[in-house]
Amino acid sequence: MTAVGLPGVTARRSSLDLVLRARELGIVLALALLVAVTAISNPRFLSAQSIRDILLGTAILAVLAVGQAVVVITRNIDLSVGSVLGLSAFTVGTLLRDNPGLPVVVALLVGAGVGGVCGALNGVLVRYGNVPALVVTLGTLYVVRGITYFWAGGQQINADELPAGFLDFGNATLLSVPYLVLIALLVLVVTGLVLRNYRAGRELYAMGSSPQAAKLAGIAVGRRTVVAFLVSGALAGLAGVLFAARFGTIDAAAGTGYELNVVAAVVVGGVAVFGGSGSVWGAALGALLLTTIGSALAVLEINQFWQQAIVGGLILLAIGADRLVAARVAASLKKRGSHVS
Amino acid sequence: MSAETASVTERPSPLAGRFANWNVAIIALTVLVLIVASASVANFGTSQNFGFLVLDLLPIALVALPMTLVIVTGEIDLSVASTLGLSSAVMGYLWNANQPIETIIPLCLLLGAVLGAVNGFFVTVLGLPSLAVTIGTLALYRGLAFVVLGDGAVADFPALYTDWVTGTIGGTPIPNVLIIVVALAVVFGVVLHATPIGRAVFAVGASEQAARFAGVRPGRLKFWLYVVSGLVAGLAGVLWTLRYSSARADNGAGLELAVVAAVLLGGVSIFGGKGALPGVIAGVVLLASLQNALRLSDVSNEALNVVTGVLLIASVLAPNLANAVRAAVSRRRHRTESLHRSSSRKDLS
Repeated sequence: MTAVGLPGVTARRSSLDLVLRARELGIVLALALLVAVTAISNPRFLSAQSIRDILLGTAILAVLAVGQAVVVITRNIDLSVGSVLGLSAFTVGTLLRDNPGLPVVVALLVGAGVGGVCGALNGVLVRYGNVPALVVTLGTLYVVRGITYFWAGGQQINADELPAGFLDFGNATLLSVPYLVLIALLVLVVTGLVLRNYRAGRELYAMGSSPQAAKLAGIAVGRRTVVAFLVSGALAGLAGVLFAARFGTIDAAAGTGYELNVVAAVVVGGVAVFGGSGSVWGAALGALLLTTIGSALAVLEINQFWQQAIVGGLILLAIGADRLVAARVAASLKKRGSHVS
Repeated sequence: MSAETASVTERPSPLAGRFANWNVAIIALTVLVLIVASASVANFGTSQNFGFLVLDLLPIALVALPMTLVIVTGEIDLSVASTLGLSSAVMGYLWNANQPIETIIPLCLLLGAVLGAVNGFFVTVLGLPSLAVTIGTLALYRGLAFVVLGDGAVADFPALYTDWVTGTIGGTPIPNVLIIVVALAVVFGVVLHATPIGRAVFAVGASEQAARFAGVRPGRLKFWLYVVSGLVAGLAGVLWTLRYSSARADNGAGLELAVVAAVLLGGVSIFGGKGALPGVIAGVVLLASLQNALRLSDVSNEALNVVTGVLLIASVLAPNLANAVRAAVSRRRHRTESLHRSSSRKDLS
């Protein structure tokens, strides 16, 4: 991926890096502006409780967004994450209700495992069934949700049925940072580093930029695709456990419609829908921005109904801005190329 | 994506064959489901249930028609259900503001067309990916619907209109709305399969560049398809509101997935360039009658999702697997033939 030895490559890379960083800087600026305006009109917005709520909400969405970013970078999409979250949350809820002594780590692993199986199924169908990701994951969105409803049969798991240790995990903090947020940060940092610095991660970008070229370059496109879906599924499963720990009440509808928020977070975060660019940092920032908007509207006493419309407008704005930036970069690269020759 | 296009260029005839096969298969499957359901599910075959079935499939059938054309050009429109919802919300808002229904209905249709034009503008003028654009407008339009109407409902629409939508033609068991569905299906079918516009739609879906060289203007074509898609979704919103006599901002939420599922089930390729309207109609009827029959058999609505999802994946997976098996068989035959040839050559020498 790095064309070593070519003149001008380092300059080009750093200018590209700058553009990408500027993209994430844009979200940070928007976020800062939003927080400042909201806090000035109502200082309650910056209370510890309010910040905690925002971070907890972001933690779940960010874990999903990181997984989604991994899939979108390979030029695929995973619409099944909301359903997988629901299945995982219900599985873990049932498990803990029947075995209250189970440690939290087991719950996390079971959730990730359930999600991983769903994700692997998606990946295998995409890769070996040669079915487009949009179709496969739209199908498994229905199937997994249906299975959860079938299994739950209308029953609901309430907070008083769950072991206290598990609910504590949802509220407890380490150095006043909630555990859920720490888990999300861990997921973010590990995935971010792998995508940025390791061969497995760079190959995902190569596949997204040009699947044919990636294949010709000897990348195991099939295996990487399956792994990308597996990661997305496992993270959705993990998010299901976080969901269960945070809310305590779980029914078969848990996470319905989340897929749109997740895709929105990823797109707003600067991950191109046609793959090959963007980062999980951006996706997580997108998740933070969307969650903050939700809280800010409540604090500013703006009609909650505006939230969805604003999210929609943000998506359009983000992809429009990305298009503009891409055009600029292409133009400047062309100009520099003509200078060299 | 690349694998698909590659195999299309290499072996066009088996793919064309497979497409025709699928169209026949889905229609046969639909007929089979209808027969089995009438025979084994109590009350499925009654004329009253037929009326419910038609009313249930009405919005999906309507929206699926322009969606077919949009998907054949290689794009997608996920905002249709939100357009339906916004149309319904505006209808309720205007009715509350004491506007006559005769002005409200054309305004809602116009609104749908404008919302479609917004999608078309982003996709064709700005050149943004339609998947992302229409996910954005999905959220935007649904959000605006809630802004317009809140979470309340507006009822008491004039009985003249609501009765017509739920009523039947004369003394027959045929619902009035079936006229609209059939008329539009015929129009879209003729346009797609028997006019230069339809050929342009297929050409753009197969290769936008080639279509441009052949004198088609892909941008303009897609723009108008989005306008039509919005218009029909607006109409579906009006009919939905009149059917339940209730304008709500969340009307039709999630319908976009059912519509896309029905279209793909009907054999339309998500990559564009391939598909036929009869298959799509069969796909819509299949989904609706399966749901209806299972509901009559007391299977929960949500468990039906499993059936929808499996059918959706199977609709693309089954032909792919059949193709792979066929390819493997022909490869083996090829190999044994060449072995024979080389061994016979050895015999000669």
